[in-house]
Amino acid sequence: MAKKLRTRGHRVVLNRSAGGDTGITVVLTIMGLFMFLPMYYVVIQSLKPLDELFMFPPKFIVMKPTLENFTDLFTLMGDSWVPFSRYIFNTVFITICGTVGNLIFASMAAYSLAKLRFPGRNAIFQIIVMSLMFHSTVNQVTHFIILSAFGWIDTYLSIIVPSMATTIGLYLMKQFMETSVPDTVLESARLDGASEFRTYLTIAMPMVKPAWLTLIIECFKNLWNSGSSIYIHSEELKTFNYAIQQILSGGIARSGAGAAATVVMMLVPILVFVLNQSQIIETMGSSGMKD
Amino acid sequence: MSQTNAETKRPVKRSEVSKLRWTWEEMKNNKTAYFMLAPFFLLFIIFTILPVFLSMLLSLTDFNMLQMPHWVGISNFTRLFLDDDIFILACQNTLIFAAITGPVSYLLSLLIAWFINELPPKIRAVVTLIFYAPSISGQVYLIWKTLFSSDSYGWVNATLIDLGAISEPILWFENAEYVMPLCIVVALWTSLGTAFLSFIAGFQTIDRSMYEAAAVDGIKNRWQELWYITLPTMRPQLMFGAVLAITNSFGFGGVVTALCGFPSVDYAAHTIMHHLDDYGGARYEIGYASSIAVVLFVIMFASNIIIKKALSKVGE
Repeated sequence: MAKKLRTRGHRVVLNRSAGGDTGITVVLTIMGLFMFLPMYYVVIQSLKPLDELFMFPPKFIVMKPTLENFTDLFTLMGDSWVPFSRYIFNTVFITICGTVGNLIFASMAAYSLAKLRFPGRNAIFQIIVMSLMFHSTVNQVTHFIILSAFGWIDTYLSIIVPSMATTIGLYLMKQFMETSVPDTVLESARLDGASEFRTYLTIAMPMVKPAWLTLIIECFKNLWNSGSSIYIHSEELKTFNYAIQQILSGGIARSGAGAAATVVMMLVPILVFVLNQSQIIETMGSSGMKD
Repeated sequence: MSQTNAETKRPVKRSEVSKLRWTWEEMKNNKTAYFMLAPFFLLFIIFTILPVFLSMLLSLTDFNMLQMPHWVGISNFTRLFLDDDIFILACQNTLIFAAITGPVSYLLSLLIAWFINELPPKIRAVVTLIFYAPSISGQVYLIWKTLFSSDSYGWVNATLIDLGAISEPILWFENAEYVMPLCIVVALWTSLGTAFLSFIAGFQTIDRSMYEAAAVDGIKNRWQELWYITLPTMRPQLMFGAVLAITNSFGFGGVVTALCGFPSVDYAAHTIMHHLDDYGGARYEIGYASSIAVVLFVIMFASNIIIKKALSKVGE
């Protein structure tokens, strides 16, 4: 080879031109700023004292940061007849119940589909894959009819129960189990006399912890971010996201508190992701779909 | 291997009995499998499959939640396509919206994931977070409304006035010319989600030795490497990402409503999803709303099938 090999650290870098590296850096920086600045602006807004919020033109920096907006959240919502803490409770309650339910049901189903062979297995998996192809809001009208037939309209159940059968988590877990749980290990557990359920619980599940976390974040982000729903009318059952919309509809004077509420809302999923990023990426490695 | 296990347990050999009998025996042998699948599958049928079929059925009736439904044949569909100008507008908007956000978010996810893969691992994690964060942060996209607002809060207007580009603030979200492009930008901003992570993982799982072999075989630059080695290896991920990108590109209705209100000015950002909401949620014309849902289903499935066909040609 006539051309000089580039190295990065001590490794030889193949087919990498300096121009290309620069191009990548430039594109990533520009796109990164586009992604990052709005997020940053929310945080800045939430820390601005009132006089800085009213400053013209609006600034991307904060001179005297304050936590006033966060404490304002509680006083602002203090005079509404549903206490502010109730909205937070609703969001947390719905998210935990739905996510735990989804984890239990979907992981059992994933084990069954990935590791057991029974008539109808492929057909069932195909149907589940097909359901990934349409957005669930398209179903909401008939969904409403079914929920009212159960008498679940205006209860927590209308949000929690359907979310337990979210397919994306099941899909990711099934794919991950297929590649990372060797059949031989399951086989020896069965030979030792373990029941199929026990094999799932004590052998397969501990081996797919990264997939749990991925399933949890997939389910979590949907429930956590669920806003005003057509299935819930009672004020005391509504979520934190709905409360944020109410705060923001109060106009300029409340935009500091609105930003503070948004920051609280976004910090939780971001934190969950940061703590589990490497496991989630690991799970995604087997997310591919065969044609 | 579980297959061999089933074979030893199986009391009858496949060749000895009828197919039906064999299937029945197999089902009995795998009772646990069905029990483990049942809770999820039951809920899945009730809340995902049943609504689809119910929509199809109701789309042929005049159901309104109060009276018993009457069979009306395909009249809902003829009304949709022949008498409902707003629906035709909604179709146009949806297709424009999907045709831009779908491919752009998909290619953006792929491109950014590819670029991120070239970074050292520590920086990679941070950059991944920056790109992924908007998609999991819920209503944080409402900040765009603040940035583009028409009062003294609007950073964009303030900057443009400062630069002398405009003399008075533009009413971004009340102007039919701007709402659609703005919604597309915001939709793209929130679109680097699960598919993006899947691509990042896909790039990481490719064996380095493949690239070394390819370099010997005469691959000259990273673009050739991407086309001939990386993408064909990642085809399953590409397929998964495509399904999610299509699904999302048709489901952005909520973002539009949050930004422009409902209905949007002159229906400029009115999508099929909004039309469905309008008739189903507000007017209780369930039969008619169901026919809208059915049309949307057909569009979503058709796009999925077309894209899958196209993707199977990658790297050939």
